[in-house]
Amino acid sequence: MSDVVEKTLSALPSLLSLDSQAGAGKLSPSSKLGNLIKGITELTSKHEEERLIKKELESIKEQVASPNTTMRQMKEIMVRAIYCEMLGYQASFSYIHAIKLAQQGSVLEKRVGYLAVSLFLNETDEFLLLLVNTVLKDLQSTNLIEVCMALTVVSQMFPKDMIPAILPVVEEKLTHPKEIIRRKAVLALYKFYLIAPNQVQHIHSKFRKALCDKDPGVMTASLHIYLQLIKENPESYKDLTGSMVTILRQVVGGKLPLDFNYHSVPAPWLQIQLLRILAYLGKEDQGTSEMMYDVLEESLRRAEMNHNITYAILFECVKTIYTVHPKSQLLEKAAECIGNFVLSPKINLKYLGLKALTYVVQQDANLALPHQMTIIECLDHSDVIIKRETLELLFRITNAQNVTVIVEKMLEFLRLTYNVWFIQTMNSVFSLGGDVMQPDIPNNFLRLLAEGVDNVEDRQLRLFAVDSYVSLLQGETAKLPQRFLQVISWVLGEYSYLREEESDPGSVMRLLARLLDQRHTSTETRSWVLGAMTKLCSSPVYSGSLNTVLRQKAQELMILSQDTKLRARVLPAEDSSLSFLDGYVSEALAAGAAPYKSPHQRQEDLVQEKALSLEPYGLSLPVSLSSCSITDRRSPTLLSMSSGLSGNSTELSHQEGSTTLKLEGVKRVWGKDGYLAQQQSAGETPTPLVELPSPLLSPQSPPSQTQKPSSGLEPDQEKRQLASSLFVGLGSHNSVCLVRFPSTVWLFIKHCQSANQSNVVKALFKPLPLLLPVPLTVSTGDYGKMWLSFSHDLKQNLQLVTTEHQEPLTATLDALKGKLHLHVVDIIGSEGIVACRLLQGPGQGQPCLLHCRVHADSLAVWLRSPVPELPDSLLYHCQKALTET
Amino acid sequence: MMHFLLLFSRQGKLRLQKWFTPIPEREKKKIVRDMTTMVLGRKPRSCNFLHWKDLKIVYKKYASLYFCCGLDAEENELLALEVLHRYVELLDKYFGNVCELDIIFNFEKAYFILDEFLLGGEVQETSKQVVSRSIEASDMLQEAEIDNSDYDLELGWP
Repeated sequence: MSDVVEKTLSALPSLLSLDSQAGAGKLSPSSKLGNLIKGITELTSKHEEERLIKKELESIKEQVASPNTTMRQMKEIMVRAIYCEMLGYQASFSYIHAIKLAQQGSVLEKRVGYLAVSLFLNETDEFLLLLVNTVLKDLQSTNLIEVCMALTVVSQMFPKDMIPAILPVVEEKLTHPKEIIRRKAVLALYKFYLIAPNQVQHIHSKFRKALCDKDPGVMTASLHIYLQLIKENPESYKDLTGSMVTILRQVVGGKLPLDFNYHSVPAPWLQIQLLRILAYLGKEDQGTSEMMYDVLEESLRRAEMNHNITYAILFECVKTIYTVHPKSQLLEKAAECIGNFVLSPKINLKYLGLKALTYVVQQDANLALPHQMTIIECLDHSDVIIKRETLELLFRITNAQNVTVIVEKMLEFLRLTYNVWFIQTMNSVFSLGGDVMQPDIPNNFLRLLAEGVDNVEDRQLRLFAVDSYVSLLQGETAKLPQRFLQVISWVLGEYSYLREEESDPGSVMRLLARLLDQRHTSTETRSWVLGAMTKLCSSPVYSGSLNTVLRQKAQELMILSQDTKLRARVLPAEDSSLSFLDGYVSEALAAGAAPYKSPHQRQEDLVQEKALSLEPYGLSLPVSLSSCSITDRRSPTLLSMSSGLSGNSTELSHQEGSTTLKLEGVKRVWGKDGYLAQQQSAGETPTPLVELPSPLLSPQSPPSQTQKPSSGLEPDQEKRQLASSLFVGLGSHNSVCLVRFPSTVWLFIKHCQSANQSNVVKALFKPLPLLLPVPLTVSTGDYGKMWLSFSHDLKQNLQLVTTEHQEPLTATLDALKGKLHLHVVDIIGSEGIVACRLLQGPGQGQPCLLHCRVHADSLAVWLRSPVPELPDSLLYHCQKALTET
Repeated sequence: MMHFLLLFSRQGKLRLQKWFTPIPEREKKKIVRDMTTMVLGRKPRSCNFLHWKDLKIVYKKYASLYFCCGLDAEENELLALEVLHRYVELLDKYFGNVCELDIIFNFEKAYFILDEFLLGGEVQETSKQVVSRSIEASDMLQEAEIDNSDYDLELGWP
């Protein structure tokens, strides 16, 4: 190949004269450029191309430097240089020659010279200074083509500092007899305005003249400037509203010459420009907006033809209608128009429909309601761009009731799109957001990791997560939030086996052990770490898969019981009073930290804040193991359950008997790919649970719905369910959500597991302290003093006992007194105070005080005791006692 | 405003590049690379719009060539599609049944046509007739020059 090039090169002089082709005729491939292009296409490797181009550039360099090269040859050489640059090879030596060509060439050569300059150089290039005089000369030329070329290059790029040198000449062109010159001059001034607004300040009156130009093309060009000016300062241009409206009316009415039509639509570019200007003018200005209502309506009406360009106009029109001061009649029409976009089978229109919807729901979230089903479909669209736009839309309608579902959808999207990026982003989200983030987020994250089939992609994601966490743990861990550490522990526990081949399996264990030993690690995190270590111990069995959860746990227990050394490390001797933390706590308190609140109390606070019941749901039906398999065996909640053990073990077990879970219509419909199709057989589906009054649900909890069998739902219905959870809180009926959030499903699963395993887990981690309260006889006065001196406050609602001949309060307290040997100190009206003391255990002899108040049909109880665990335990027994009554 | 217009082949070979805003050379290379990978990676039956940093990307495939432009966020995507379409129509009118080869071998002509159609990233002339008359006028000049006529032509503008 290179031979051919060389031959061609040697034959240069004779060939050059043949190059120029006339008219619109196609350049023959036998030209120099043609040869170059053909040569390149015949090459097979990038390396060969490099060699060829290098050779070409050398020959170009030689030619441009030669004094014998004519301007005409130079023109041809320049085209080749442009081509080489386009391929990504620098031909900087030719830049100066491009300028020379523009300076010295005839009109035709000049054209190529200017083109090369505009392609080679940047606004900041110093070479451009050399061009100023040439441009100035050409601007003043009598040849229209030269003037046009100069104006073109000036609009393309011009050094900012040199604008004053040519400004007067360009200004002069605004009154040029030829409209094409006037138009280019206006656009050049527009460009100047963009790069140096101060320079063109003084010619604003001339812009007005251009706006009134008899040639619609010049007028259109001037609108670019006006759009910019009005965008920056709408107040100063309100007087133009009338003119803009008139122009638009004339355009829409087809008053422009046919030349301006585009596929028989009158001047669509002009229309859209005007609509944009009107939007800026009418924004937050009722008076101005009223002037344009008619013409906006007309634009909507006229733009009916089924062509892309009319859709473009409609879209802009809708945007304007929603930007200016609202008029309900117009808004209705615009909404209808958006509906047509959204429902369109054309994907581009659908995309724009979603965009428009995103824009308008910020004003009125109800507008999304008629399109629920379309939006749901778009969520699962094969085009990620459509998906993304849908999520953007959902983001705009997010409220307290649907946030969980929407965030989940977003996470899903992220995971599917960018694996590595997703993990990294979540790492920083956890590091920064840490402990203040809602527990849902880490849960969802873990679920995303855990879900899905064991395909390569999933494994890669997990492995990446594991690797990134290992390297995180190898660094400084003191600053990592507890929640993040918990996530890390869980992931390491589950998926460390993925990396085992390439590294020492003990290393992860050592990292976890280090975490366990660190002072700043919270108890809850410790239990997560322990859980992870437990899993790591049993990893061979574990990776065997297909084991039931129960069997797995038993296996873990077995291994732990055999390996005493490990057990000693995993289950260290307990210091339930956490006395070793006292120094740290008092230090923190002195530094202004908030005093400790028990999990119950925190939940209580949360409930009050959100008016949403976050209290765990209980369980009423016998749950078979098969319903456990709803979730992956590696359900993240497995650990979140055990993590609760330190403080809440009582509540886990008491729920078994006492209460019921409202799960109407809830099933596992959430999968990695969005909705899960009906996979589970009827037997596996959580059976519809009978609804019973639930004392654990706070009074504000949503009213129960009509029962729907959860099995056998049509896909359509599933979508409806999703719709109702996504669009909950929109519209006037904002109280009702048809489907509970997936978090409910998780709670459900969590309790399924606790039903089966709480014993195992308890045995593994922490035995429940046995509590035997005895009556504590104190006077009301002493009670008051003691109450004030205790800090561990816990609040819980209890069920009231109703009998025929007693007040509910008295009856309840009597029941407690009878069963638990509590001492009822006093009952005043709807309030009662009760006291007891611990007979044995770590807090032996310590008192616990109860303050009860009847609240609606439940009994609100505050408990205080110097021993932190005491209220928790006592509460458990109270609940148990009352349920049995 | 349009920030750039790129034409590239199915194989990702750049056929034409026009930058309407000053962009450093390295950034340009990155954009070209990103655009080709993003656009060529699109599945069939996807929409013609993408996002890249804070720009809207609108692209369309004509035969073996992809036309791809980057726009300000407030621009109208559908209108941009029509800009691309009009440019193709202009090329078609000029070359007569335009194909990728025409653009490869006559890319400077493609640039001249573009310069008559778009100026500084804005549409300057939407009429097919007017643009082709301007181009024809310049080409006539070319012929005149080849005939060795050295006099300045005063052109008959429309």
